[in-house]
Amino acid sequence: MSATLEKGIRVLKEVIDAPIASYFNSCVHCGICAEACLFYTETGDPQYTPIHKLEPLRRVYEQEYTLLGRLKKMVGLSRAVTDDELGEWQELVYNSCTLCGRCSAVCPVGNDIVYMVRKFREGMSASGHAPEGIKGAVNRTITVGSPMNVKLPAVQAQMKHVEEDYGIPIPLDAEGAEYMVMLSSMEIMNFPEYLAAVAKIMHQAGKSWTLCSTAFEATNAGIQIGNSDLARVIVSRIVEGAEKLKVKTVISPECGHAYTALRWEGANLIGRPFTFEVKHIIEVLGEFQQQGLLKTKGFETDRLTFHDPCQLVRRGGVIQQPRTLLNMVAKNFVEMPDAGYMNWCCSGGGGASAIEEGEELRLQAFRKKKSQFDAVKPDRVVTACANCRIVLEESLEHYQMDLPVIGLTEMIAEHIPDQAPHAATKS
Amino acid sequence: MNDLQFLTWVRGGGLDIAVGIFLLGVLWRLFEIYSLGRKPDLSAPRHASGASGWHTIFRRSIPPPGMLKRSPVSYIGGGIFHIGLAVIVFLFVPHILLITNLTGLSWPGLPSQFVDLVAVVTMAAMVVVLVDRIKNPVKRFLSTFEDWFTWAVTFLPVLTGWLAVQHLLLPYTMMLALHILSVEILLVVLPFTKLFHAFTLFGSRWYNGRVNGHKGVPV
Repeated sequence: MSATLEKGIRVLKEVIDAPIASYFNSCVHCGICAEACLFYTETGDPQYTPIHKLEPLRRVYEQEYTLLGRLKKMVGLSRAVTDDELGEWQELVYNSCTLCGRCSAVCPVGNDIVYMVRKFREGMSASGHAPEGIKGAVNRTITVGSPMNVKLPAVQAQMKHVEEDYGIPIPLDAEGAEYMVMLSSMEIMNFPEYLAAVAKIMHQAGKSWTLCSTAFEATNAGIQIGNSDLARVIVSRIVEGAEKLKVKTVISPECGHAYTALRWEGANLIGRPFTFEVKHIIEVLGEFQQQGLLKTKGFETDRLTFHDPCQLVRRGGVIQQPRTLLNMVAKNFVEMPDAGYMNWCCSGGGGASAIEEGEELRLQAFRKKKSQFDAVKPDRVVTACANCRIVLEESLEHYQMDLPVIGLTEMIAEHIPDQAPHAATKS
Repeated sequence: MNDLQFLTWVRGGGLDIAVGIFLLGVLWRLFEIYSLGRKPDLSAPRHASGASGWHTIFRRSIPPPGMLKRSPVSYIGGGIFHIGLAVIVFLFVPHILLITNLTGLSWPGLPSQFVDLVAVVTMAAMVVVLVDRIKNPVKRFLSTFEDWFTWAVTFLPVLTGWLAVQHLLLPYTMMLALHILSVEILLVVLPFTKLFHAFTLFGSRWYNGRVNGHKGVPV
């Protein structure tokens, strides 16, 4: 057994807990999870059945944690998990799983399959079987601070642009601010309008906020690759930044996995509860709207639909807010079939979009999303995740569909009247 | 050993052994699984109505939106045979009498003719899900020896019980003995195969409901 395989198996043994044991014992091979997975529905290939993606983990469980399995192992009746096998499983655990969690939402015996995939990735990563694309993103985040090599000067340049264009100051390292705003590299590089939108919204709400020079990057490829040690390093930067600036709330950007990493995994990674709250920007906008701090003017009149980012909605619990917000500014908002809790993934979540060799399969899986679009024929698609947005844009282009994709925060900000009466909104 | 001796053994020593293995097996397996424990979730919880382990235990018995259409045989066939098995086991008067003899508990049963019909429908549903397991590419791909074996082990008690009540194929004494023997095999096998989902299903649904309920998502 190679040293990396040994390490991988040890990690797998460590991640197996009572829920995983319960799940493996409950599976009756009904195959319903396949019907919930876009990689199966769009390819018809049974190997993409979600529970099958966990077969090596199941064998480790059986051989290590059950009496019968241990007996079988002793008398040589069971097959040990090998390096080659884990290598083969890379495609199933990473390329063809976006951690969307639809399988966990349908399993009749209640198995949380995506919970197990997330844990299985820990062993895959430890044994050296993670895809190069995600490895690169993690390495860049660890060494440079961003998966796309974005450094502070790039953020500062953007801050300057926004300040010049809108006349709104962008605070950096402002101690005691109520909100610390995080960004994703994707936004800094491809969707700079996000920062301007946040500035306008905060200005209108009369809230104090800041960016942090040591923690502006919210994305966490450590979560996607399944390496808790690296994920901890990345999340710790944000915790240190937030505690140094003594902010009340850290705002996750329009990025699904950044939200999961910070909101749900962060405290568990660092081993203690946070001293601040974590909210997705859409949650914050929802609160501003409820408190009367978000006032918009005018409506979009074209046909709009909302693509639910899996990590925000099904995996994150922010389901109603995007709809309420969209209805504030849209006259013609239509829901796709399966919208909301049961929405279909963009096909590039969970790190899948960083895997070059998985692109063909991903584009095939995108046909599910395409069928949702075809069902309601929108003029534009609104979403709240920069990764969904770029994956949707690239896939729509591949299928030669002329369908612009926009961020919800940015759309809301476009409807905030210029020179909003700042003082009047303060209570 | 004649038919009567055989029946006497399966009712006596055989039953004791089977029930013993079943009870010890269930206790051991439950301990083996749930003693693994899990780490506490340190993230701040979000509360939402309907988002809890208990909600999910009940909610998962009903197909989520859109799924019935995608997997009708599993849901309808599976639903019918599970309900059918429950009716046969717990509402057939001779079964209630047996439970009363063993535990002192008693409740009203259903008319024999009705349970008879339920048995036929249950067997039909089980044959349908078996054919589906052979024909459906995903189910066939996932299936191992255990899937075919546990199907047979579950089907035989229903079949032999029905044949015994109908006085078909074999003399009643022999068929009844075979029926009891098949139940004993089922009891012995249950804790160590996928049939154990009859117990772990509640834990699995609860964990899923609890973990996601922590995020305010009613799953």
